[in-house]
Amino acid sequence: MTGIVALYIFMLAAFTGYEVISRVPVILHTPLMSGSNFVHGIVLVGAMVALGNAHSPLEKTIGFFGVLLAAGNAVGGYVVTERMLEMFKSSKAPRSAPRER
Amino acid sequence: MPATPAPWSAGSLIQASYFVTAVLFITGLKRMSSPVSARSGIIWAGAGMLVATLVTFAYPGLSNYPLIGAALVLGAALAWWSGKRVAMTNMPQMIALYNGMGGGAAASIAAVELYRGGSGGAVGTTLAVVGGLIGAVSFSGSAIAFAKLQGLIKRSIRFPGQQIVSLLLLAAALLHGVLEVAHPGGSGVYVTGLLIFALLLGLAMTLPIGGADMPVVISLYNALTGLAVAFEGFALHNAAMIIAGTVVGSAGTLLTQLMAKAMNRSLGNVLFSGFGEGSAAGGGEVSGSLKPIEASDVGVMLAFAQKVIVVPGYGMAVAQAQHKIWELCQLLIDRGVTVRFAIHPVAGRMPGHMNVLLAEAGVPYDLIGDLEEINGEFDTADAALVIGANDVVNPVARTDKSSPIYGMPILNADRAQNVIVIKRGQGAGFSGIENALFYLDNTRMLYGDAQKVGSELIAAVKALG
Repeated sequence: MTGIVALYIFMLAAFTGYEVISRVPVILHTPLMSGSNFVHGIVLVGAMVALGNAHSPLEKTIGFFGVLLAAGNAVGGYVVTERMLEMFKSSKAPRSAPRER
Repeated sequence: MPATPAPWSAGSLIQASYFVTAVLFITGLKRMSSPVSARSGIIWAGAGMLVATLVTFAYPGLSNYPLIGAALVLGAALAWWSGKRVAMTNMPQMIALYNGMGGGAAASIAAVELYRGGSGGAVGTTLAVVGGLIGAVSFSGSAIAFAKLQGLIKRSIRFPGQQIVSLLLLAAALLHGVLEVAHPGGSGVYVTGLLIFALLLGLAMTLPIGGADMPVVISLYNALTGLAVAFEGFALHNAAMIIAGTVVGSAGTLLTQLMAKAMNRSLGNVLFSGFGEGSAAGGGEVSGSLKPIEASDVGVMLAFAQKVIVVPGYGMAVAQAQHKIWELCQLLIDRGVTVRFAIHPVAGRMPGHMNVLLAEAGVPYDLIGDLEEINGEFDTADAALVIGANDVVNPVARTDKSSPIYGMPILNADRAQNVIVIKRGQGAGFSGIENALFYLDNTRMLYGDAQKVGSELIAAVKALG
C-alpha cells in the first residue's frame, strides 16, 4: 500500500464516517457512540500483530497488555452496545397488554 | 508490514478478509443509525470483528501464539463479565472504560513497534509516534472520565496555570516524539518519555473538567481513540485499522460537535474553561423561596391534569427510577391524561442517555420529544414533572448574561401551569448554579429519591381509584 493510496483511504473513510452518522436521531446517540467504540476495537488486530512480532521481554509485556486491552475494548464494546440495542427492539412493540405488576 | 514478505496466498486471504471486515463495519454502523435496524447493525459489525480476529492468526511471520491467546481470552472474559453485569445507568462510564482500553492498546502497539526499532522509515515512525501519543492521552483521559462518573473522583481538581501545564506536557511529548523520529531504534528513552508525558497530558486535560461535561469528553476520547487506531493502522499497513479508525474518528468528531452545540459551548470552552469557575458569585440573585409539597398532593394534581410533561435528568438515572416513572405514567394514561416525555440533548451524562433508560423501561418512541419538538407544548401543559434534572430547565440560561449557562437552549418547564421538581436535596446542580425554576411561584419541590417518590406517587394515584 503506497502512501498516496493510504491517504485516499483515509479521506474516503473520513467522509464515510461523517455521512453515516449525520442523519442519526438523538435517541441513538449513546448506542451509536458505544457502537463506534466497539468498531475501533479493531485495534485488536494490530495488537496481535505487534505482540506476534515482539522479541524482548519488555516488548512482549507491553504487547501482552496491548492485546488484553484491545480484546477488552472489542468484547466490552460489543456486549454493552448489544444490551442497549436489545432494549430498543423491545420498546418498538406496541404497549403490551400484560402489565400486571 | 512484517519484515519478511508475506506468502502470496496467506497475504491475499488476509487482505480479502480485512476488506470484508471494513464493509461489515460500515454497513453495521449505517444500520445502527436507524432505530428499526439498529440491533442488526451491531451483529454485522460483530461478525466483521470476528472475521478479522480469526484471520489475523494466519498472519505470516508471527510468533508468541500462546501469549496472544492468553491475553485475548483474559481480556475478552473480563470485558464480557463486566459488560454483562453493569447496570444500564452506569453505561456511560463503561463506554469510557472500554474506550480507554482501545486507546491503551493503540499506545501499546506504538510502544512495541518503536522499541523494536520501527520498520517503516521516518514516515512509519512518525505515524506510530502520533498514534501512540493520541492513544496514550485517550487512555489516561478515559480512565479519569470513568473514575469521575463512577464517583471515585468526586471533585474537579483545578490548580492555577493548568492550561500552561497541559501545554508544557504536550510540548514535552512532542519533543520526545520528534527525537524518536530523528533517532529511530535508539535506546528507547524517547519512546518512554513520549508515552509518559502523553499519559500525564491525558490526566491534566481531564481532571479539571466537571461531571456535567463528561458526555462531550467521552465522545471526544472516542474520536481520538479512533484516530490513534487509524494512525497505528498506517504504521502497520493495515487497511482494516485505517478504515475503521478513521470512520470512528470522523463520526466521533461530528458527534462531539453536536453535543457541544447542544450545550451552546464550543469544544475549546469545554476543555479549557472549568465549568462554574468564578461564576457561582454571578447569577446568585435568585429571589423567592423553595416550596415543598407532599407526594399525595402531587398524585391528585397529576391524576386530574389534562396534560403532563415529564422532564427526566441524571437524578432519574442515579435512582434507577425509570420503571417506576413509566408505571406512574401508564396509570395516568389510563385515566385519560396526555403524557409526554421531554428530553434535553445533554440530559444525563451522555447524548441519548435518557432515551436509553426510557427505552429500557418500555416507553414508546412517540411519547418522547426532543427539545425543538416539545418546547412549544409546555404552554399548554397542566404540569411539568421534573425528575432529577436541573441545569437543562434553569430559566437563568435565557435571561442572566452573567450565568455560565447563559445561552444554552433549555426546556421551557417554567411555562407549564404547575412545575413539580423531584429532587434529592436542596443543593445546586452539577454546574453549581442556583436554579431559578425552583423558586418560581408555580413550582413545588418534592424531596426524595426519585424511585421512592415514584412509588409514593403511584400509590397516591391508585388511591384515587
